[in-house]
Amino acid sequence: MPKKELIVVKDISKVYRMGEVEVHALRGVSLKVAVGEFLAVMGPSGAGKSTFMNILGCLDGPTSGEYILDGQKVSSLNSNELAEIRNKKVGFVFQSFNLLPRSTALENVELPLLYSGVLYKTRREKAMSVLWSMGLKGREYYTPSRLSGGEQQRVAIARAIINEPSLILADEPTGNLDSMNAAEVMKIFKELNKRGITIILITHESDIAQYARRRIVFRDGKVTEDTEATLSLREGGVV
Amino acid sequence: MKLSLEIVRTALRTLRQHKLRSALTMLGVTIGVGSVIAMVSMGQGARALVKAQIEGLGSNMLFVFAGSTTTGGARFGTGTAFTLTIEDARAIQRECLSVALVSYGKRETNQVVYGNQNWNTVITGVTPEYRLIRNWTLSSGTFFTDRDTERATTVCVLGQKVAESLFLGENPLGKTVIIKKVPFRVIGVMESRGAIAGGERDQDDQIFIPFTTAEWKIMGSVLPGYVSIIYASATSNEAIPEAEEQIKELLRQRHNITKDQADDFIIMNLRDIAAFREATGKILTYLLGSIASVSLVVGGIGIMNIMLVSVSERTREVGIRMAVGAKRRDILVQFLVESVVLSCIGGLIGLALGVGGSQLLSLIGRWPVLISPLMILVAFSFSVLVGVVFGLYPANQASRLNPIDALRYE
Ligand SMILES: Nc1ncnc2c1ncn2[C@@H]1O[C@H](COP(=O)(O)OP(=O)(O)O)[C@@H](O)[C@H]1O
Ligand SMILES: [Mg+2]
Repeated sequence: MPKKELIVVKDISKVYRMGEVEVHALRGVSLKVAVGEFLAVMGPSGAGKSTFMNILGCLDGPTSGEYILDGQKVSSLNSNELAEIRNKKVGFVFQSFNLLPRSTALENVELPLLYSGVLYKTRREKAMSVLWSMGLKGREYYTPSRLSGGEQQRVAIARAIINEPSLILADEPTGNLDSMNAAEVMKIFKELNKRGITIILITHESDIAQYARRRIVFRDGKVTEDTEATLSLREGGVV
Repeated sequence: MKLSLEIVRTALRTLRQHKLRSALTMLGVTIGVGSVIAMVSMGQGARALVKAQIEGLGSNMLFVFAGSTTTGGARFGTGTAFTLTIEDARAIQRECLSVALVSYGKRETNQVVYGNQNWNTVITGVTPEYRLIRNWTLSSGTFFTDRDTERATTVCVLGQKVAESLFLGENPLGKTVIIKKVPFRVIGVMESRGAIAGGERDQDDQIFIPFTTAEWKIMGSVLPGYVSIIYASATSNEAIPEAEEQIKELLRQRHNITKDQADDFIIMNLRDIAAFREATGKILTYLLGSIASVSLVVGGIGIMNIMLVSVSERTREVGIRMAVGAKRRDILVQFLVESVVLSCIGGLIGLALGVGGSQLLSLIGRWPVLISPLMILVAFSFSVLVGVVFGLYPANQASRLNPIDALRYE
């Protein structure tokens, strides 16, 4: 049975213009990601991983090439439709958490629901239950500055999944965390993937990458490796 | 964000998160709205007072001044040319059917002495009918009569202010004051009429003497038989235009003015004077109002300034909101509502301060104050408008940010 494709990327390039200088962040990237995959993106700093991720998350557009998300041609969408995708289909998790600093954990988690027009009471209830499922009971009314890094990242994950997206994009989500918190966050991702959510995750660390079943490597704006985890590794119980 | 209440709540929360900044921003609008209300209330109060005073003068009254609009321009109480005579006044009394009473007068500023007190005031020589035309009662004593006019007696009636200034609480009746070395016996004191705000000198600051006495003993008889002003009352309020027309016709005829010549006199009725004063008051109100409006605009610029700072400070916040699905319109509305909420609250506080302040002013400063609901509505709407107008640009700036650029902003 052919797997349903969630993401189809064809020959995408991205050029940043800084005055006279042109930076080629992506030089012809093509990739397919099926529904339910867990993909690790690796590669040296400056290779174009974040740029690629931002395009997948509709935060930015490619200079050329085609991007089809869930059968929808993204490049032909207007800003409202892109906002809709970011709101409903994609959940973003950043290395620096990107929580609203003056809002409580609960308000941060509610945010996507606010923009999809969900009423206050429903919003509160739903945000509360997702927050609790992240093990953050008792932290609902804390502002980010009063939460640890691990807790902040779990708030961010709660926010990413509250609208039940089919895709989670995580750009070095464990980069600012100690190994214990990192492991906990990865456990959550693994759990979410089990529920059928497609996960794409950038990481530098190979032990983090081992949570994923498939691994691609970026080098100088191109995908240079694309490997499925070997059976032996899986049998070793890491994945 | 389809839910308007939600947006307002979010805006309020954000503003609470920046208390000091919000307060300082509102201050501009508060001062603007407050001063608009205070200023306009003062202007309107002054207008209302003038109107009441003019109505109190006796509304059937007509004045005829010597002079013409082209050469002189009318100044209340002074004839700029010598064209009116006692005979004119008598003719008006005789021939104008719509005229009830006629009086005439001459005025001069002079020193008045009582004992070791002296006072500079206006000496007004009139006939006894003057008091009736002006509908002016006495607080004590009597006004002079036709007999006094016939004999040119040296009696006088003091305006309230003159009485107070010269006699310092003493009873003036029967006392003697000296005007230009001539001793006058005080036979009455007029009731207080007060100053007409924004215009003439105090009506209470004058002394009335018989016209003949004024002409022969005080003002010299350079031009005997000439008067500087004729007072007349129409038979009724409705008859004022007719009376005016009849007087005009008669005087033109008596002065041999041909069809293509201008009048050598000016007739004014109280309505004209009221209208003139009203216009002056209006100008005053507009002037004060527009000065205050400038401060409201300055307040608006303050809002814009702070909102621009706020937008650039919160670029990352905008990025985060966009990353989780905020549309451009959501961001626009959010910032716009913030600025409107700021200006509304600022406006409401300004409103309270403006109303309270002008009440205080009328209490302490004895300045007449009139607060109209319309003005309050206008000032408040204006402050909302300020919020929209000056919030639009920063809000638009925020909504046009590119999500990824906003997120990366440090
Ligand atoms: N907004 C930008 N403007 C200019 N150059 C950029 C911008 N974003 C990324 N780049 C450049 O594009 C290249 C790829 O960056 P990035 O995708 O962040 O790499 P990675 O995430 O793999 O470290 C780098 O050389 C980086 O300097
Ligand atoms: Mg990166």
